[in-house]
Amino acid sequence: MTFQIMINLLMALIWMFMNDAWTFASFISGYAIGVAVLFFLRGFFPQRFYFGWIYSVVKLILIFLKELVLSAAEVVGQILQPKLKIKPGIFAMDIHLQRNWEVTVLSCLITLTPGTLVVDVSPDNKTLYIHAMHLPDTEAAKQDIRESFEKAIQEVSRT
Amino acid sequence: MNADEISSWIISIIVLTGSVLSLISAFGLIRLPDIYTRSHAATKASTLSVMCILIAAFLFFAVGEGLYSARILLGIVFVFITAPVGGHLISRAAYHTGVTLWDSSIQDQLKEKKRKQRPSSRS
Repeated sequence: MTFQIMINLLMALIWMFMNDAWTFASFISGYAIGVAVLFFLRGFFPQRFYFGWIYSVVKLILIFLKELVLSAAEVVGQILQPKLKIKPGIFAMDIHLQRNWEVTVLSCLITLTPGTLVVDVSPDNKTLYIHAMHLPDTEAAKQDIRESFEKAIQEVSRT
Repeated sequence: MNADEISSWIISIIVLTGSVLSLISAFGLIRLPDIYTRSHAATKASTLSVMCILIAAFLFFAVGEGLYSARILLGIVFVFITAPVGGHLISRAAYHTGVTLWDSSIQDQLKEKKRKQRPSSRS
């Protein structure tokens, strides 16, 4: 990833040298040409083309914002009910992420999403213990998290 | 309506949303029964409300005075990163010092794990 970005910057620099035009516009056009060249040479790199990575990061951020708004709406709805109908509980969820930062990002996302809060992470990073505010159906909650977040994070960390 | 009026309407709606949200999350702190459900109210709704108010302040100074304050944007990012970690740490500390869940909680799978761990750590 970093290697590809460095090569792209270097191409933009070479483009500026070749044109003898030291302006920002010339840097941008050189960078765009570098992106095109890297796209055609993507088979030679061991990692994937880095714009795919940028796309998945942007997608993760958008999912995050959407879930934040939904979660605030749900919490407000529960609070404003005349009688509390919530059934809280703690459930365990197995995750399939290896690296530490992925587990951190996943638990931050879970904490900011509808009615769930990470209480503990098991020492071997395999299980999250999640407190849910309203828990009629554990399997549905797990499925929901897995569909929305875990896949998006795996997509980001795929090389 | 000219552009200034429209933008001031939008900004005031965002400020109003943020302050109503933070009021409701304060109600949640009073109404909800135990520490875990309270930290739900404290982390989610109030994060969004602080974000709304900061965004509105940013827009107000950007539209009205042409002042693009990068510090407000940084503040949004920092609130975004630190609020869930704070909620997680408070509830984790509460759980491990033995604060019990609300009476009508329906399940607690972390307790089963702790009970299983305790004999093995002693032996």
